Order: sequence, then C-alpha cells, then structure tokens
Amino acid sequence: MKVAGIELKNPTILASGIMGTTGAALARMGRNGAGAVVTKSIGPVPKKGHNNPSMVELECGYINAMGLPNPSYLGFCEEIGIAKSKTDAPLIASIFGGNAAEFTEVAKRLLSSKPDCFELNVSCPHAEGYGASVGTDPDLVHEITTSVVDAVDVPVWVKLTPNVTDITSIGRAAESAGASAIVAINTVRGMAIDIHSGYPILGNRFGGLSGPAVKPVAVKCVYDLYEVLDVPVIGVGGITCWEDAIEMMLAGASAVEIGSAVHDDTQIFEKISKGIDTYLQKYGYSKAEDIAGLSHEMI
Amino acid sequence: MRPIHSKITEIVEESPNVRTFFFDTQFDEAIPGQFVMVWVHGTDEVPMTLSGKNSITVQKVGDATSRMFELGIGDHMGLRGPFGRGFTIPRNGENVLFIAGGVGAAPIAPLADIVKMRGIEAHAILGARCCDEILFRERFACGRVDITTDDGSEGRSGFVTDQLTETDTSNINRIYVCGPEIMMYKVFEILKARNVHVKTEFSLHRYFKCGIGVCGACSMDPEGLRVCRDGPVFNGGELEGSEFGHYERDSSGRKCRF
Repeated sequence: MKVAGIELKNPTILASGIMGTTGAALARMGRNGAGAVVTKSIGPVPKKGHNNPSMVELECGYINAMGLPNPSYLGFCEEIGIAKSKTDAPLIASIFGGNAAEFTEVAKRLLSSKPDCFELNVSCPHAEGYGASVGTDPDLVHEITTSVVDAVDVPVWVKLTPNVTDITSIGRAAESAGASAIVAINTVRGMAIDIHSGYPILGNRFGGLSGPAVKPVAVKCVYDLYEVLDVPVIGVGGITCWEDAIEMMLAGASAVEIGSAVHDDTQIFEKISKGIDTYLQKYGYSKAEDIAGLSHEMI
Repeated sequence: MRPIHSKITEIVEESPNVRTFFFDTQFDEAIPGQFVMVWVHGTDEVPMTLSGKNSITVQKVGDATSRMFELGIGDHMGLRGPFGRGFTIPRNGENVLFIAGGVGAAPIAPLADIVKMRGIEAHAILGARCCDEILFRERFACGRVDITTDDGSEGRSGFVTDQLTETDTSNINRIYVCGPEIMMYKVFEILKARNVHVKTEFSLHRYFKCGIGVCGACSMDPEGLRVCRDGPVFNGGELEGSEFGHYERDSSGRKCRF
C-alpha cells in the first residue's frame, strides 16, 4: 500500500525510539512484520541522553525521558545501511535539531544512506531546546519543514506533539510547508513520583506518557487533524492490538505506528496487520485506505 | 512496575572496591543470572545482577556505584525486577563448570548455591587481579576450586584461561561464565575450538537505557538481540559471529571497541 509517498508493506509501522538505535534492531522489527520502520531520532551531535531511570512501566502505560540519545548522523549512516540491507521494510529516518538549519544539515548528511522518508521530530516533550520546544510554534514548524522538504528528494513526514492547545494549527503549518504526512501523536507530557522517597522517578524528573493511557488522546488528535488536512495522517499512541489500530484508522489514520506495545510482544506487527486484514475482509473492504476517516461520515 | 522502595539491611565489604548490599526486598522468583534495575535516588539507575535473592554485589566504577558506597544500613534504594533471561539450572547428575573473573562471580554465585544444595559436583575456576579480590570462595566450594590471580598472590599466577586450557571439558554438561568481556571472549574461543561453546552460558554486560526491552540501546549485532531482555545470559551458540568480544555501544549509541 502506498501512503504519503512510500510503499508500506502493511499499515503497521515501528514508531521512533523503539528498537531504533541500531540497524540490526530495526531490521529485526522489519523481519517481525513491521510495514516500515522509523529510526531513533538522530541529531546534529552525539548525545548521551538523560540519566536513568529513563523508562518506567506505570499502571496505565509507560513514562519515559530518554533525552534523545543518539550517535549523530556521523555514526548513524552505517546503521541505516545495515537496516536497509537486512530488511525490505521501508526505512524512515527520524531527525531532530534546534532550528531549521540543524534539521536540514542532519537530513542532508543522512541522505547518502538512502532513507525512504524523513520524519521530523518536532514533538519530544522532554529535551530542552529540541522537540516540542520548536513543535509548539506553527511558524517554526513551517520554517523547519520547508527547509527540509527543499533539501531532500524523499517524502517528509512531521510528527506532532499533543501538548498544545490546537494541534490542527501545527498540522496545517506542516502541510502547507510541503509535508507528505502528519504523524500524531508523540508522548503526552507527564510525571510519576515515588511516594516512599518523594523523588520524581525519571532521571529528568518529568517525561512523556505512552501506552494505553494515551490512546483516546491520540484518537481525538487524529480525528481533528483528518478534518482539516488533505495529506494522510499516521496515527500513533497506545496501540496494542488490532482493534486499537482499526479505531485509529476510523478516526482518520491511513497507517499506524506502534511503540510501547513492543514491550509485551516483539511480534506485535504481524499480529496487528493480520487482525486488520481479517477486519477488512469481514466488513467487505478491499483495502486499508477504505476505512481511513470513516467515522467522520457517521453522523 | 515502579521501583520497590528497598531498605539496606546489611552491607558486606567483599574487597576494597566490592560490597554486597542486602535489602528488605526479597526476589524469591528470581532465576540466577537475572538482574534488577537499581535506582540510586538523585543520581542514576543501573542494572545489577542479583548475587542472592535479596542482594546485589557492586564494584565501585562510576557515579551510581560511588554514591551507593556512601549509603549505609537503613538507607534506601529503588529496585525494579527481576528482569531478563537467567541461566539454565543444572540437573542432578550433571557435571558443571563455573568460570568467573573478578566481580563476575556475583551473577554465578546463586547457581553455585543451588548446585551445592542439590549435591551436584561442580568445578570452579575463579580469577581476580589479586587474592583480596577473589569473591565468594566459600559459596563456590562445591567441588574442585582453582584460583588464578594476575599478580600470583594466590593460586596460579595468570588468568582463568590458563587454567581452562588445562581443564578437560569433555564430560562437562554445562559451563557458566561471567567476567570482563575480553576474558569471556577468550574463554569462548577456547571452548568453541572444543565445540563445547554450545554447552556454555555467558552473562553479558551492556549499557542499558530503558532496561525493559523497548528502546533497543543494548541490542547486539547482527541479530538485534537485546541484552536486557533476550539476555543478559546467552548461550555460546547465540554469540557466534556477533559483536561479542569485539565492540559495545556507549550511551549515545556509538560503537566502542574492546
């Protein structure tokens, strides 16, 4: 299926930050049935990330603050090459920077490793000066997206933060700048405190919530974006089973990304894409695209 | 799971740089070789293989472990676990060989306890830089024990590999190895030449970020096996042709050669 300029093997995509630090790990998820894989976000300089704890399972999901650890484009071109040689799932390079120039530099430097697409991380909720620090401003998102789109010859997706008053204004800014798809959502800003010691649990004190707790937030964001955009929406947030994926697609997603659910099952992609196929067959749809945004017609 | 608020109930000084911390939290279901994420409040969280049902044995090497060495009885740490895949457990009647270097004796010691309890005959090769750094010699006393020290202060002067070269492994059913990766890789090469590496289990160490198998920071090349979840214990057969013994990755994901 072709979505937003790339040929997906199926609608289930490995989300950024999950098994995405090495080419071998990305390839493993590709072999496990991911329709495409998104890398860990890569930036202009090597970054070690926040101190641990950096990810903790809570009662309702997961909270994390990795702090964008990455080896920079210098170390990562080789990993993209390895991933591409070991799986035929399309490879989407997630990138971040503090401004348009940095984003564009990273994108250009990664081009030689031939990623199939870029995903701009303007939405990490816990890295000062990066991510959501730039992704909450529609003008900055427009400037960054324009700059990367002009510099590369592959589709550019933009991943949004839900931690804004109006996600559609950010989505519109990215679309008008030439984004081929809008990915929603990144994690929801959150915090967990150890009641016995009084310490915030994450090394960064606060971070982003993922997993089942955020799914309704993601469904609403995807629904709202679908209303106002012409480009496809990629739904991400709390998907753990095929029913969740279908719900996200009915809200408006052309494909979905799956992250935290890999914790319980590294074979999750194959299971969810089979479930989607069975659903489509049962209700008489010929392809996944047919149900994207269908709930908007149910009035 | 959230970290379990755990009180330090006892501290044993094993050597000048190694201490065992006992907690009021007991991991009864833990399999030898499994680890816990140890949260030192306000500093960092690091993986530590359990050296007993309620203990970790720590070598002072970095920020988190240095801070641990400032803690006393009654102080608290946060513990999450047990995580990962541990060692297989030997059956009655099997012949067992333990090979440990330095603080690498800690993950294997719980296995030695089981072996001793069941009356299984085991041979241990324990190596360290000097006699003060040989850990848990009484726990490994379940058969022959060979000591090697780099400085010759006790036992054989040299490395565990020198002893292993002269050790007949043809009748051994299971071999358990833990120590610095260079040591483990030398052991792997010797055992592979004898084609018994597939009877051997190695406890590996990598930089862990999430510790729960999600982020991929500890994935090994070329299969993308996660040390925190698919390991930390691996059969020698799984390590053939891998990055094991060649390189690891730092916290940013850059390769660092051994």
